[in-house]
Amino acid sequence: MGTTTRGSAVVTLPADDQILIVREFAAPAAAVYRAWTEPELVKRWWAGSMGTVTSAEIDLRVGGGWRWVMEANEGFEVAFHGEYRELAPAERIVTTEVYEAVPDAYAVNTLDFVESGGRTTLTMLVQHQNKEHRDAHIQSGMEGGMQTSLDALEDVAVSL
Amino acid sequence: MARAATTTDAFTAVAEQRRREILEVLARGERSVGDLVVELHLAQPQVSKHLKVLHEVGLVAVREDGRRRLYRLEGRGLKPIHDWVAGFARHWEDRFGALDAVLEELTGERTDGNDHEG
Repeated sequence: MGTTTRGSAVVTLPADDQILIVREFAAPAAAVYRAWTEPELVKRWWAGSMGTVTSAEIDLRVGGGWRWVMEANEGFEVAFHGEYRELAPAERIVTTEVYEAVPDAYAVNTLDFVESGGRTTLTMLVQHQNKEHRDAHIQSGMEGGMQTSLDALEDVAVSL
Repeated sequence: MARAATTTDAFTAVAEQRRREILEVLARGERSVGDLVVELHLAQPQVSKHLKVLHEVGLVAVREDGRRRLYRLEGRGLKPIHDWVAGFARHWEDRFGALDAVLEELTGERTDGNDHEG
């Protein structure tokens, strides 16, 4: 499954209330950080091929807020917002994240950018308040819904 | 004691901790029921019951070796679980693919001002 030029996102579940996403980019850390913190850049990638980013507000300071809105290809809108807790240019972003359809739940995302030889490894730890929110988050990225409770899934599944 | 709700697929089967422990041992190699009893300090009826469930959902395979029955992990049975996590990874990979394109542009136009946004 390894690739040479481009990384491939690796997702693991280190604890039952966490999601860890690791991905390498063929660019310096400063560029990757910019892509996460400048509205015009966020608009160009955050929706992927799933839709269009209709709004990306960013108040880039600790305590400042952000709100990103995407219109999915199917026509519905999804919006996320949060507040920056830590900002170290080209190194780290810590922010809360609320999916507005589930306003009572929030996650704390810690993004670390580590550059080596002009390439950057992004490590994104999503810390949910509990396992139910974590599982709901994973399912939100999926087509069908699979109602199930899984503990320590990574022990057996991700090691395949 | 409440009976586990329908154990019909790999997901519900691995929701039970003992069964995950059995899978972890089998991941290291074939075992008989007796081996599992010893390694996991469980009663034999309990091990047999869990193995039956795991076998039914296709997570373990069994073969006869003389008068012993040896159980082994059936990796393909874990595929639905793997796919479940992989789906989330694909979702992010879709975004990251678009991010790659943005980064390519950022790193390619260092010297110039960025007037690409119309």
